Amino acid sequence: MTDLLPVLTDTWDAERSWKLATYEEAGGYAGLRKALTMEPGDLVQAVKDSGLRGRGGAGFPTGMKWGFLPPPDGGPRYLVVNADESEPGTCKDIPLMLASPQHLIEGVAITSYAIGCDHAFIYVRGEVLHVYRRLLAAVTEARDAGYLGTDVLGSGFDLEVTVHAGAGAYICGEETALLDSLEGKRGQPRLKPPFPAVAGLYARPTVVNNVESIASVPGIVAHGPDWFSAMGTEKSSGHGLFSLSGHVTRPGQYEAPLGITLRELLDLAGGVRAGHELKFWTPGGSSTPIFTADQLDTPLDYESVGAAGSMLGTRALQIFDDTTCVVRAVSRWTDFYAHESCGKCTPCREGTYWLKQVLHRIEAGDGEERDVDLLLDLCDNILGRAFCALGDGATSPVTSSVELFRDEYQAHIDGGGCPFDPSASALFEYTPRNRRTPALAGGAGVGGH
Amino acid sequence: MTATTDRPDKPAAGSGEVEQPVETVTLTIDEVEVTVPKGTLIIRAAEQVGIQIPRFCDHPLLEPAGACRQCLVEVAMPDREGNVRAMPKPQASCTMTVTPGMVVKTQRTSAVADKAQQGVMELLLMNHPLDCPVCDKGGECPLQNQAMTNGRADSRFEDVKRTFPKPIAVSTEILLDRERCVLCQRCTRFSEEIAGDAFIALQERGAGQQIGRFDEAVLDFAPPPAAEGEPTAGVALPDTSGQPFSSYFSGNTVQICPVGALTGAAYRFRARPFDLVSTPAVGEHDSCGSAIRVDHRRGVVLRRLSGDDPAVNEEWITDKDRFAFTWQSAPDRIATPLVRDRELDEDGAVVSRGELRPASWVEALQLAAEGLAAARDAGGVGVLPGGRLTVEDAFAWSRFARTVLRTDDVDQRARVHSAEEAAFLAHAVAGTGVGVTFGDLEAAPAVLLAGLEAEEEAGVTFLRLRKAVRAHGTRVFGLAPFASRGLARLDGTLLPAAPGTEAEWLGSVEARAAGEPAPEGSDAETLGDVAEALAKPGAVILVGERLASAPGAYAAALRLAAATGARLAWIPRRAGERGGVEAGLLPGLLPGGRPLTDPAARAEAAAAWGVPADTLPADAGRDAGEILDALSVGQLSGALVGGLELADLPDPAHARRALGAAGFVVALEVRRTEAVELADVVLPVAPPVERAGSYWNWEGRVRSFGQALESAALPDHRVLDSLAARLGTGLGAETPLAAHRAVGALPAWAGDRAPAPPEDTAEPPPVPPGTAVLASWHLMLDDGALQDGEQFLAGTAKRPVARMSAATAAAADVYDGDQVTVATDRGAITVPVAITEMVDHVVWLPLASRGCRVHDTLGAVPGDLVRVSQGPAVDTAQAPAGQGGAA
Repeated sequence: MTDLLPVLTDTWDAERSWKLATYEEAGGYAGLRKALTMEPGDLVQAVKDSGLRGRGGAGFPTGMKWGFLPPPDGGPRYLVVNADESEPGTCKDIPLMLASPQHLIEGVAITSYAIGCDHAFIYVRGEVLHVYRRLLAAVTEARDAGYLGTDVLGSGFDLEVTVHAGAGAYICGEETALLDSLEGKRGQPRLKPPFPAVAGLYARPTVVNNVESIASVPGIVAHGPDWFSAMGTEKSSGHGLFSLSGHVTRPGQYEAPLGITLRELLDLAGGVRAGHELKFWTPGGSSTPIFTADQLDTPLDYESVGAAGSMLGTRALQIFDDTTCVVRAVSRWTDFYAHESCGKCTPCREGTYWLKQVLHRIEAGDGEERDVDLLLDLCDNILGRAFCALGDGATSPVTSSVELFRDEYQAHIDGGGCPFDPSASALFEYTPRNRRTPALAGGAGVGGH
Repeated sequence: MTATTDRPDKPAAGSGEVEQPVETVTLTIDEVEVTVPKGTLIIRAAEQVGIQIPRFCDHPLLEPAGACRQCLVEVAMPDREGNVRAMPKPQASCTMTVTPGMVVKTQRTSAVADKAQQGVMELLLMNHPLDCPVCDKGGECPLQNQAMTNGRADSRFEDVKRTFPKPIAVSTEILLDRERCVLCQRCTRFSEEIAGDAFIALQERGAGQQIGRFDEAVLDFAPPPAAEGEPTAGVALPDTSGQPFSSYFSGNTVQICPVGALTGAAYRFRARPFDLVSTPAVGEHDSCGSAIRVDHRRGVVLRRLSGDDPAVNEEWITDKDRFAFTWQSAPDRIATPLVRDRELDEDGAVVSRGELRPASWVEALQLAAEGLAAARDAGGVGVLPGGRLTVEDAFAWSRFARTVLRTDDVDQRARVHSAEEAAFLAHAVAGTGVGVTFGDLEAAPAVLLAGLEAEEEAGVTFLRLRKAVRAHGTRVFGLAPFASRGLARLDGTLLPAAPGTEAEWLGSVEARAAGEPAPEGSDAETLGDVAEALAKPGAVILVGERLASAPGAYAAALRLAAATGARLAWIPRRAGERGGVEAGLLPGLLPGGRPLTDPAARAEAAAAWGVPADTLPADAGRDAGEILDALSVGQLSGALVGGLELADLPDPAHARRALGAAGFVVALEVRRTEAVELADVVLPVAPPVERAGSYWNWEGRVRSFGQALESAALPDHRVLDSLAARLGTGLGAETPLAAHRAVGALPAWAGDRAPAPPEDTAEPPPVPPGTAVLASWHLMLDDGALQDGEQFLAGTAKRPVARMSAATAAAADVYDGDQVTVATDRGAITVPVAITEMVDHVVWLPLASRGCRVHDTLGAVPGDLVRVSQGPAVDTAQAPAGQGGAA
């Protein structure tokens, strides 16, 4: 039985957990003090040795990413923290920044020192104004305490940190679109190469990392890479936030070593909604192919989840019980992708627009016999054809749900409507406006955006 | 089968660079081995072996975008051990460069690539309207064509299509049908990368993404409530064109649009591409010699497109070259010769010149020949052939003047001109062949523009300079009173010069280049910077015709070139001027750069022309201004003019009087111009579209074009040949071929070149209070006769404004946007003020814009002193008080 392992979440229950004093009391900034006595190269090596992998979804080794930076040429180098958390189901970075922002700030300071950056940026999603404010306050606190600004802790290292609020676009979580947005341009992904490590922000070498990745760095430095790699599995080391949401008794953040299973997490969270069975779940947000109860014992690490046919992603575990219509759930996710497609490339822009209409038709009972195969073929024409990974992500819920629940799609088509009662699935008082065509009843109509 | 393309292609003539061996990469595409230069994109490499990969966003002259995803192919590459490993996803061949040993499978050999392409095509078509039968692009549409070659026969899409209200007028000239757009971003990339006029951009996102200019209605910017007339936040402010934004190059976006989303207002819904007959031609609106394509249907030109000439204009032309062609078929075209029946009294004196009436060619030619012969024998005939002739015509005019009229009073310059300029052209331009080329500009480390506003006066030259700036940071210096938007888009450095001080500036740079200390009070740093940049190998000095108004400037430019080693090129505005210089349409200059005063030169010309050498004039004749002076006082008896807009001359009123006073005037004109009204015999000639010929562009490159329309109209050289025949000689120009051969008949001149113009310095006059020095040049789109009849194009022209520095404006007590009157004793021009960061005590006006004809109204030329005062001129009849609120 794997148990919880609070590292980043350790002080979340403390009084005024977001204050610098609370963080310092719990041993905060020991990592930075130690880091400043080390050679930057040794820090990069320590993070490589720890086995820390990107917590933003792709799972790329963080230390290796830092190592891609070209040798210093005297010009600026940047650290950009991707805090544009927007994936449906994903809710780990925002609580972390809200409850314990100094974890991130200390990580920013250490990382900046390690990669030779003296101006770091935190690109935070614009809709979460409270987080933006809290980060601004936390940066001010840290600067006043000498952890940021000129001559950090008397070491001679200078660091400016800018917190930037985005304007609310899913695409800006894609690192190159984020950089364009940060530069003040329209947020659309860039052509790679050049990669950000070579020409990122303002065409300078740039490291882009997820909030949780950077927040994990202070612990690695303070306790050593072995402490970190002792947690989790051999190839997926360390601790991670697991965000349980949906039909679960106690939804929330569960910090545990990678490799924990959903069964263990559900036990900790009080199980699936009382009186119901688990029907399907996402291991890492809506862009990862869905799982069923068959994968309850799949260790939640990069390799095992990958081997089981999905992706660990952001560890956003959305739990759906037997009252849920899979067509309806997938249709809502697809609405999201159609709404958030940046429009740059044809497959994602046009493909999600089409997927959305077909799914709405099926859900409303107007589906045709060929529509399920059409969905699969459309996904085949989007997956791997789009400019960036977001187009691929849009196809995951559709293809995986058809694979697992094709009968349910067929039932919508044959039965001329949805066999489920949406109000039974809702976790709040909900009366569907139109039993047969709920999606179209709102007057939004197809073709809108 | 092996196809190799590593043979180094010969670069454009005249570049004179040492050939570097090209580093090549060998790969396999559809089992065909191909070797291409390193850095080549897969899509381009495939073209080398004849494999067409469908594409929309890809354009060879634009940076890769990878947006449309139509060109997906399967790619495999050797790993470190040399095992060829396939990439997991199909790759966009328009963004990926080739690597050694790469194995590419296109739609021809890969089912995956074929399905990917069909899938993308289906997605592109699902929201695309099926209005091909009424779409301008239908029949020449890359989407239509590639849907046939690489798409599915039917669509599975039966849901709701995305629609937009149609169309949006991006400008008066360019319309946008958003539902046809496939969002390839060619137009926005062109605007940003090539023209530098980012007047359109992507807006919104997802399926709602669209191209547009700043439009509150589209962007959902409700202007906040505000008092009427007050500018509000969020509302686009018009630029000096009166538009939120416009561009001189916007027509190119219509041409590169791979669907019918962008259309030209003039051509929209007018024709089907397959009904058009296309003829390659050359742009007649500037001296760049842009390759164009003239499309006509049943004898009516409907549109013009850019040709593809990598050495000259690449695939871009100016909107003027594209849209301004209706002048050639304007209602005032002259169809038949016109003559006057003079009324004579008993003594044979002229009582009345009579009215022009149509006449037969026989009658008109006879009258013209008799009249010209009489005038020649009386006091002589002045020859003013304009600056828009083909080189064949120019040679015929030159020969006609020298051998038939036996005069050297010939000058093609219907503009501000000087004797110094004639000497400069004879010394440094005539007979020099191809000098600096567009390719040289692209490779130049530094370019100095003197008396030349590249964007306004030589559009595609500006584009090529911008390409150089973007590609490798070519430094551009502009010698002008203010930094125009064009110079700013070249990241240019302004050398602030008041009109008349150009020679001083050039002289200071020259002195600096020679190591002398900078003169007192000058900007030593900038001078050193320019001198150093121009000393780099390959640097170029581009001088424009406007240096004629700056005494000593041509001579100073020559000395600067000699001192720094920079190459020098002269860029006139009009298409015919470079060829005219070659033909000797200047006083003192025979064809091929032969100095008229050199007996050997005269002997060679006379031999080629088949006349005795002693019949050629031996002394340099009058220039255009002197010819008009002589006509007005009766020293010359007659005039032979052609393609001459009197309003273009530095003093149009004087020119009118002079031609009115002339005893006998023959005009060769396309249209019923002012000169026609003053002529005794009018011989109609063919516009470029109705004849074949050649221009020499500013490079010295021969730009030949064929006849697009069948026509009975005769080119100048044929009319002159007939006229000469009636006067007892031939011109050897009776057919286009003969006229063309006549151009090459003279061998290159091996004798001494004409001497360099003498040093001439004139101290700029003091500027008394209430006056300013006039600066002025032509805008590309203005009130010129060659833009007549094209109102959509006229709508994109810049509004005339008077530019002044804040200090100059303060002295005249005017604020930005106020009306200001610029006046001379002759007349006054009232336009709004645009406060500009520029040299003090200078006021700039567009030279010939609508409502702002500097020469005509003020009788002034750049460098003259003009009076500047607040508000409309007091003696103006109509007070524009009513429209004050709208300004």
